[in-house]
Amino acid sequence: MQFFFEVLIGGLLSGIMYSLVALGFVLIFKASGVFNFAQGAMVYLAALSVVGCMEKGAPIWLAVILAFLVMVVFGVLTERIVLRRMVNQSPISLFMATIGLAFFVQGAAPLLWGNQPRGLDIGLVDEPIPYILDTFGIVVSRFDLAAAGIAAALVLVLALFFQYTRVGRALRAVADDHQAAMSIGIPLQHIWVMVWGVAGFVALVAGMLWGARNGVQFALTFAALKALPVLILGGFTSVPGAIVGGLIIGASEKLAEIYLPPLMQGVLEGNFGGIEGWFPYVLALVFLLVRPEGLFGEKHIDRV
Amino acid sequence: MTTTTAATAAPSYLSINNIEVIYDHVILVLKGVSLDVPQGKIVALLGANGAGKSTTLKAVSNLLRAERGEVTKGSIEFQGQRVDSLTPGELVKAGVIQVMEGRHCFAHLTIEENLLTGAYTQKQTRAELKDTLEKVYNYFPRLKQRRASQAGYTSGGEQQMCAIGRALMARPNMILLDEPSMGLAPQIVEEIFEIVRDLNQREKVSFLLAEQNTMVALRYADFGYILENGRVVMEGQAEELRSNEDVKEFYLGLSTAGRKSFREVKHYRRRKRWLA
Repeated sequence: MQFFFEVLIGGLLSGIMYSLVALGFVLIFKASGVFNFAQGAMVYLAALSVVGCMEKGAPIWLAVILAFLVMVVFGVLTERIVLRRMVNQSPISLFMATIGLAFFVQGAAPLLWGNQPRGLDIGLVDEPIPYILDTFGIVVSRFDLAAAGIAAALVLVLALFFQYTRVGRALRAVADDHQAAMSIGIPLQHIWVMVWGVAGFVALVAGMLWGARNGVQFALTFAALKALPVLILGGFTSVPGAIVGGLIIGASEKLAEIYLPPLMQGVLEGNFGGIEGWFPYVLALVFLLVRPEGLFGEKHIDRV
Repeated sequence: MTTTTAATAAPSYLSINNIEVIYDHVILVLKGVSLDVPQGKIVALLGANGAGKSTTLKAVSNLLRAERGEVTKGSIEFQGQRVDSLTPGELVKAGVIQVMEGRHCFAHLTIEENLLTGAYTQKQTRAELKDTLEKVYNYFPRLKQRRASQAGYTSGGEQQMCAIGRALMARPNMILLDEPSMGLAPQIVEEIFEIVRDLNQREKVSFLLAEQNTMVALRYADFGYILENGRVVMEGQAEELRSNEDVKEFYLGLSTAGRKSFREVKHYRRRKRWLA
């Protein structure tokens, strides 16, 4: 039973990391109706920027601020060069534009900062917390727990921001109807710059945590792919959904990895390692069939 | 054509001078439209589908650019200032706001949140904001009842009220109201027009109103312009238009000459008026 809990907690905590990436998707989708395929690339860019600045001799706090500035500039440029020209275009065109953006960033970021994989030390160590290990006999990583704390704080702030501030409300309004938002004088350009800036910040947090854990390397861009099942589970428009979705995906894939193979071996011959790799997608598929808007997603409101 | 125009009756507030609008660089939609809205009046812009009513309103509010439309000739002035190149946001700050055709409420926001977004451009203190909100609820008591419902789940009439109320939150001097009667039951249409008249009289909001429902619009408006194929074909005081034989026949479906085949009427009138 201890082992079960250890797997479960480990899974939940690693799920938080997925949530962080998913959060970036949700923000941009909520505020502009754009499914931003480039979110993974943004995570990569943010992490690379931090490492790059540190290599140039900047202390970590300065590197983080500089990286944030890079993300803001990136957001502004994206709005100027890409999104401004695409107001009122169909969602699929916008989506395609972000795919292009993703490729561009994946190419441009290494050009800027170099492409060799590097480690990132943010002062958190991936080691068991002695207190929990002694009392319950369960290994809980200090790093994972800190990551979870950071994610929780981030989500709380974002949720409050969307629900109770003037700008947050405007962001949700823009997500619902560009044209109507324009007609009442909400400047779409400012809103988009703002939301890409916020998404850039989330990407920065995600990038630093992922980078510290797995190293800053090109594979970070694929972290975004795991965010897809998270989004399908949690709903594309829900900040809490991104978190809960991440937790479910993280926990279920780790549990499946441990407990499914013995069961399956009883029925079929073969080697069932690597379930972790595909299990989330199967789960997402099931969800698409049963509850396409996700656990917390907004139902599409249609008046007949 | 009648000789009494809005322009001669009162100094012009919003004036549109001979504008031409082209969509996508090729589709000519407005072919020289001029009209005036005097301060504190309700002016109706009438005409069939595709006549250019919405385009005219969007040309003023500058929502045209987002639809790849462009004003290529003429000018638009509000209170004597050119406003052609203002963004919709700047225009809202200047006091002109559009209520779009088809209402366009934010479906996932509550009614109250919808209204609050309307005040986005306003630098209002919390207390002022509350006052403005209360005022809007005064005009639309129904919205107050439904303040916590998601707008997408409210009725068409409530959505129309929400859209107008949202515009009011910006404390405008002039509202460009596009097709408020669309898809609504006659009773609700009356209710909404009554509120429009109320706002006009008590809040001194001027209205430029695009409407297919000619009969209702002319009952509430002071002046009317009739658009056809991107041109103003007739203009005048609302009463005059209401009693005009051609208008009666075309838009009100009334005729003194008994029933005629629709096809025949159209031909005869079209020749008489547009080719002359």
